[in-house]
Amino acid sequence: MRLKRKDLLGIEELERGEIEQILSTAESFKEVSAREIKKVPTLRGKTVINLFYEPSTRTRTSFEIAAKRMSADAVNISVSTSSVAKGETLKDTAKNLEAMRPDCIVVRHLSSGTPQMLSKYVSCSVVNAGDGAHEHPSQALLDMLTVKEKKGRIDGLKLSIIGDITHSRVARSNIYGFTKLGAEVTVCGPPTMIPPGMERLGCSVTTDMTEAIRGADVIMMLRIQMERQKESLFPSVREYSRLYGLDDAKLKGAKDDVIILHPGPINRGVEISSEVADGPYSLILDQVTNGVAVRMAIFYMLLGGTREEAQFK
Amino acid sequence: MNRLVIKGGRLIDPSVNVDGLFNIYIMGGRVGTIKPADRDTTELVEGAPGLEVIDATGLVVLPGFIDAHTHLREPGFEYKETIKTGTMAASSGGFTSVLCMANTNPVNDNASVTRYILDKAKAEGTASVHPIGAVTVGQQGERLTEFGELKAAGCVAFSDDGVPITDGAVMRRALEYSMIFGAPVVSHAEDPRLAGAGVMNEGAVSTRLGLKGIPNAAEDAMVARDLSLAELTGGRLHIAHVSTRGAVELIRSAKARGVNVTAEVTPHHLTLTDEAVSGYDTFTKMNPPLRAQEDVDALRGGLKDGTIDCIATDHAPQSTIEKDVEFDKAANGIVGLETAFSLAYGLVEERILTLNEIIRALTINPSKAFLLNKGSLRVGSQADIAIIDLNRTWKVDPSRLKSKSKNTPYGGRTLKGVVIKTVVNGSVVYDATKENS
Ligand SMILES: [Zn+2]
Repeated sequence: MRLKRKDLLGIEELERGEIEQILSTAESFKEVSAREIKKVPTLRGKTVINLFYEPSTRTRTSFEIAAKRMSADAVNISVSTSSVAKGETLKDTAKNLEAMRPDCIVVRHLSSGTPQMLSKYVSCSVVNAGDGAHEHPSQALLDMLTVKEKKGRIDGLKLSIIGDITHSRVARSNIYGFTKLGAEVTVCGPPTMIPPGMERLGCSVTTDMTEAIRGADVIMMLRIQMERQKESLFPSVREYSRLYGLDDAKLKGAKDDVIILHPGPINRGVEISSEVADGPYSLILDQVTNGVAVRMAIFYMLLGGTREEAQFK
Repeated sequence: MNRLVIKGGRLIDPSVNVDGLFNIYIMGGRVGTIKPADRDTTELVEGAPGLEVIDATGLVVLPGFIDAHTHLREPGFEYKETIKTGTMAASSGGFTSVLCMANTNPVNDNASVTRYILDKAKAEGTASVHPIGAVTVGQQGERLTEFGELKAAGCVAFSDDGVPITDGAVMRRALEYSMIFGAPVVSHAEDPRLAGAGVMNEGAVSTRLGLKGIPNAAEDAMVARDLSLAELTGGRLHIAHVSTRGAVELIRSAKARGVNVTAEVTPHHLTLTDEAVSGYDTFTKMNPPLRAQEDVDALRGGLKDGTIDCIATDHAPQSTIEKDVEFDKAANGIVGLETAFSLAYGLVEERILTLNEIIRALTINPSKAFLLNKGSLRVGSQADIAIIDLNRTWKVDPSRLKSKSKNTPYGGRTLKGVVIKTVVNGSVVYDATKENS
């Protein structure tokens, strides 16, 4: 089954049915990754360009592996922001890439909205691999897949997202995704890290960590960027960690069957303690595994053929 | 001596409470006589040498518009706009005078730059150009420029527009010192620290888009400071491009206390909200940013009750190099001269403002704020006139704009109110009927 859209730019514009289709396609692709020969010929002859303006080995590698397991050719282009400042506009870059006739451009950029702009300039598919503080749709999809696998459902669950909400594209995409699938989402962080009008995205807002933990079925911890101290968003790492870091003591207030997610890479001892990150409730490594499956599904549903082919009988 | 007669049009001049059908006789660049059309028995010899007759039947005839806030970009940024193309844009928008900001390269902080601008305008311009000199040398916010020399060279006001004057003491001295010359200090009121790395209005929309926001407080705080300084010094303050409801309220109460302040609002802040940024169109990026509906409503109310005096464009041409880039990196500003009247007239059509209110804000009010002695059509006035068809619509086609830059968020929009002819100093400088369609 193909998505009825050229691009995957965000979760906000997806319908519930589309999200469910991507998740079920990803489930069927997990089987491929478990095989001895982890490759299917589905996207042979297709070219995927990974255009990363922001370094992220983890996400880029995940997209690259996903493309290769589908037999697509994957090309990585890392652009440091300094080398872009040579008078070439984003439009120029887009037109140059377009001239190489790729089937899909996966783009990561520190400026919000860049994938949207790029998609207007090129005729091939564009996948947003994270834009500024806006969206990170593949991350939200892999998070939803991970929760669905573990809990058997998303409908009716309570998700708490804790950390720097202002700067988090992961938070935004997950709010859209989880609420579309029927979950209740609460965001939590210091008031300096919760932007105005957050509740209009469909979530509740609290600054009280205890409240966010209590009753949550899923806790998603966000990575804190140390540089934010300079912007007076928090006074010190020590205080942040004491107030909003997840450790065993705070976890005592959680449900017995709570699960913990983190988009990675984690700052051990800052937003999450090592005991919790490596503990029984943590699904951090499952998230990574599911990342490949979800990205295979995304490529397949944007570039590929029918659902029958997805079964690879 | 050349003569121009504008016959049968509806002359609206709020400065003298005129609204009716008149024939206007212009000689030597000045208004000679104005006669009621129905009682005018003057016999014109059609085809007489040096006589031009404009039949303005069905059209409105207005004092030419005065833009208190234009960036002509020359010298230094001729790839964005020149004095020639900028004044052509002005003419096609019904503007007969523009006040041009000092943030050129070199900065207009000394008389040689002022003279360069005026010489260029005289040689190539199709509108009167009134330069605004910088408040501080190089717009560095530290040392005052030589106001006396700049004024003598032709500057009508002082502003570091584009760069807020963060040092309150410098602003205080500027307001005091400019009193010698009776020239206003124009404040681009923004606390740069509060604005931070913001690229749009701070609110629910910036949160959704993941773009850094500029809170209203960045403007409110600076407007409050400047009003306090105007009150302290008695100096003449003009607040540029007011965008927040808080600033409107602050100016309203300052005016009630008798503070010597005037203010302007742009057509875009009157007609668009931050929702327009939703598609990450860099043509919706400007400073101050598009705000929320509550702000737009307050700005309209402020214009209506006289808190805000002028509609000024903040015409800010930017090339594709500055705009075809990531939203964060894109330069601020939009072109505005050619859409200003029609956008304002749209508010008249919506019954939010009256025709008189918008004409006042485009003519006599900016003239008074900047002591230009223009914006009025009386016997003896300089014949600066805009002739407009209020019943016709036009579709904004960016490629057809006279401005060298095409950065308008209104591309594709159909607007009502078409400028038919623009007259500067008694000469027709723009004629829509002679444009290729
Ligand atoms: Zn300004």
